[in-house]
Amino acid sequence: MDIQFTEEQELLRSSVQRLLRDRYDFDARRRIVASEDGFSRKHWAEFAELGLLAAPFSEAVGGLGGGPLSTMIIMQEFGRHLVVEPFVETVVVAGGLLEQAGSDAQRQAFIADIIAGSKLWALAWSEKGSRFDLATVTTTARRDGDGYVLTGEKTAVMAAPWADYLIVSARTSGHRHDRGGVSLFVIDRHAANLDLQSFRTIDGRRAAEINLRGVRGELLGKEGDGVAALEACRNRAIGALCAEAVGAIGELNDATLDYSKTRKQFGVTIGSFQVLQHRMVDMFIAHQEALSLMQHLSLSLADDDAGISRLASGAKSKIGYAGKVVADQAVQLHGGMGMTDELNVGHYFKRISSINIQFGDPAYHVLRYAQLDAAA
Amino acid sequence: MELALSPEDAAFRDEVRAFIKDNYPAEMRVPNPETDLSKEQMLLWHRILHKKGWIAPLWPKEYGGPGWSITRRFIFEQETTRAGTMPPLAFSVTMVGPVIYTFGNAAQKAKFLPRILSGEDWWCQGYSEPGSGSDLATVRTKAVRDGDYYIVNGHKTWTTLAQHADWIFCLVRTDPTAKPQSGISFLLIDMKSPGVTVRPIITIDGSHEVNDVFLENVRVPAENLIGEENKGWTYAKFLLGNERTSMAGIGRSTRYIERLKKIVKAEIPEDDPAHLEFIRDIARVELDVLALEATELRVVAQMARGIDPGPAASLFKIRGTEIFQDITELTHRAIGNYGLAIREQPASANHFMPGPDYGHTASEKYLNSRKLSIYGGSNEIQRNIIAKAVLGL
Repeated sequence: MDIQFTEEQELLRSSVQRLLRDRYDFDARRRIVASEDGFSRKHWAEFAELGLLAAPFSEAVGGLGGGPLSTMIIMQEFGRHLVVEPFVETVVVAGGLLEQAGSDAQRQAFIADIIAGSKLWALAWSEKGSRFDLATVTTTARRDGDGYVLTGEKTAVMAAPWADYLIVSARTSGHRHDRGGVSLFVIDRHAANLDLQSFRTIDGRRAAEINLRGVRGELLGKEGDGVAALEACRNRAIGALCAEAVGAIGELNDATLDYSKTRKQFGVTIGSFQVLQHRMVDMFIAHQEALSLMQHLSLSLADDDAGISRLASGAKSKIGYAGKVVADQAVQLHGGMGMTDELNVGHYFKRISSINIQFGDPAYHVLRYAQLDAAA
Repeated sequence: MELALSPEDAAFRDEVRAFIKDNYPAEMRVPNPETDLSKEQMLLWHRILHKKGWIAPLWPKEYGGPGWSITRRFIFEQETTRAGTMPPLAFSVTMVGPVIYTFGNAAQKAKFLPRILSGEDWWCQGYSEPGSGSDLATVRTKAVRDGDYYIVNGHKTWTTLAQHADWIFCLVRTDPTAKPQSGISFLLIDMKSPGVTVRPIITIDGSHEVNDVFLENVRVPAENLIGEENKGWTYAKFLLGNERTSMAGIGRSTRYIERLKKIVKAEIPEDDPAHLEFIRDIARVELDVLALEATELRVVAQMARGIDPGPAASLFKIRGTEIFQDITELTHRAIGNYGLAIREQPASANHFMPGPDYGHTASEKYLNSRKLSIYGGSNEIQRNIIAKAVLGL
């Protein structure tokens, strides 16, 4: 199994590479992160223009029909450049949920704006005490006329400060952990009765704590189907994050290898020390395995294979641990330089750390991998 | 685990414990003392210890040390770290002080030692350079004799808290023709001298702890040379030995484990399978601490009997730093999604941080502690030392 890219996929890859090479070097990224907004609307518009925001969507909803493989191609390059713009949140996560669970009217109302780059989205699922469990939801949604009214608190919502709309999981029936009683809602991020407290994330992005004090929401999908929809959504998000991690791992390995061939101590390059050679071999192996699993996962997502949840958890865990090995050693082998804000290495370290929290850490997913096997 | 103490030593331990309890400044109990305190706040405890005569446990009595036995020095170290007090500035008290009283002349001792003890002078360490990290003997900062002065040119880096420093002790090259180790001298430089520039280095946790120090035609009185010209390497190695003895960090690790246990209890319900995983991971790191502590106590007992510990310091440095990295990583993992957040620097209560207070410094500690296996002689270098000096490889 080795993905042979089609001409179209090659074109996508080379155009993303060209754009990021020209517009998104490390200094440009640093300026974006330090800016008031913390991300670049200009770059977002360029992503739209290039068709990146349309790539994974089906042609039926106005997309390019590239599916999970196009997400993989884009995210691997985004990982190399540490792109902070909310592609995963808006296109993969929210866009995927809208396409999968939305009514025709909702698809029409929302997806075209995502593809055009005019609206940004975020997903609010985690709560205090939910840790990585999608079904632990205490935020409630109460029917009110044609719609619903949402009350509760959501935590660590990535990209929420940038978003125009949020998809929120809320309980329509059952107790705290009941899978069946959770539904999804679309809410306006600027709605009255919505408090948002923004904070910086370790990887230079923005996230927020959100307090809903009776916010009007529009049901997305069927009442009670929220957790199943979120699981499918998480699988796609994992596909994207794994590709991003593989991109970051590749960059770290290249940088470390380069450094070890030029940095001299004791009259020789540090790459000549066997103990460091072996570590870099382990980093190489970690990258190879991560790359292979990433491809395997993306192909399975594209084919919508049965057992995709188990594979997604397995990949999230395995690639997460691979990323950790590589990130730890990349910093260590760069010595003090690896600790600085000035060098890109530490920023890859932080992005990998953050990926390893988003949608569940490697320890959570290895256990889920085991449990899904037992359940099969 | 405790040393078997004589009644007198046990009484001493109780005295130290009570003194800390009664005197440690509340003002210094901030979320992250290493980054959140001003210079003046950092010096509060230093001054209290100085007044008590306890500021320099390592120093002989004639220079202002308390004249403690090895056992008492260890007890003091244990009690202060267990209580989470901020240790006095190591560069002053633990590093340059002993070099000055061991290798300095009478005038240098009289000039510098009292000001180190009182906290009047803040010292930083001019060892590493961009091209000389692990391979310290290749330092290139040049000092050229010009009458009663040295003219110093060079670039020092990773200089911890140089932004507060009054003085810097530097390794400089005085004989460019000699073998690397034999052309180095140990020079004390006033940070206020013209030609000294400090540039902050921001690290991945966002904090400003380390700096570049540029030295451009800095005129340094020749009387600031320690010992003999070109013998600096000997003094430097002596100093590094002192730096590494306190690196087991048992007290700190123990405190952080206790905190981690509370976080796990609060954050992860017992019916979550992750709970048992954390219980096991914490137990494992506790055993690491126990084994290291037992090793430390064994070495201290041997030292009290006059046995040279050899490169035990390297073992303490390796394991102490690895253990602390593991603990900060577990803590970061324990707070789950809140691990995405990091405090903005400089820290201020005005910036919003999500989640419970106990998690607010978890991300920065996790990131900052990556340095531990790099600084003070990387763990790779420490392993080389043990391989060579202990195993004879």
